[in-house]
Amino acid sequence: MTPIQILFLVTALAAVLSAIMVVASPRLVHAALWLIVTLGAVAVLFVLLDAAFLAMVQVAIYIGAIAILIIFTAMLTRRVMGEAGPQANRSWWLAAFIGVLLFGALLALLVQVPAWWQATPPTIGVTADFLLEDLGASLVDLDRYVVPFEVASVLLLAALIGAIVLARPAERSGGEGAK
Amino acid sequence: MIPLSWYLLLAAALFCIGLYGVLGRRNSVAILMGIELMLNAVNINLLAFWRYLTPTVIAGQAFAIIVFAVAASEAAVGLALIISIYRQRSTVIAEDVDLMKW
Repeated sequence: MTPIQILFLVTALAAVLSAIMVVASPRLVHAALWLIVTLGAVAVLFVLLDAAFLAMVQVAIYIGAIAILIIFTAMLTRRVMGEAGPQANRSWWLAAFIGVLLFGALLALLVQVPAWWQATPPTIGVTADFLLEDLGASLVDLDRYVVPFEVASVLLLAALIGAIVLARPAERSGGEGAK
Repeated sequence: MIPLSWYLLLAAALFCIGLYGVLGRRNSVAILMGIELMLNAVNINLLAFWRYLTPTVIAGQAFAIIVFAVAASEAAVGLALIISIYRQRSTVIAEDVDLMKW
């Protein structure tokens, strides 16, 4: 067991255990905090995969924006009687069965590709700086991924406008304009 | 070193846990958290395949960046919807929002 393997196993265990706590926590804010732990473990995995820039994007966007939004919404939508009540719906056993079934199916698929079970990562012949420059260049290169990049920008603009319109307080009937 | 299948198994486990969170929870915000878990699992898969199969082609990382952008916008709109529903109906339990059920 090399140290890198031990580090991977510890991180993977942390990710899976905190994910289980996310879906099993009775209190919503606790589940959001466990989600932050999961997202941090995934960021560590990104670093192990030589994608350090994406690890920083994960921390900044997922933990810094999305998880904070989730905590805000959990606070803003507290039911008046507190968080009493079961957190699992009537057919939770079916959901658990589907989850286990899907994991079994994916495992059965994975054991059929023995090349992936002893793969050591191929060496990247270039420096991390070159990879980062290449990532940036690929997102604006006319021959590569400029179209998904621009479409993602439009999607973010649409989501921004949509979220503002949706979350606007309802106008009162005796509103501003004198009609 | 770490075989590729270990990353894929971890991503499969996170995806299935997120799937249980989506299908088996009552609170809408908890359902959204399950969706975010699934999107993270997909990102792990994308980057693992990029690193182990085609490390010279940057498409895997570009795909993961687009997934980040889509996940952020979908979380923002979903949470705005949940807040709006809460203002109208005073509930965030998914099964109580049933005006369109027959």
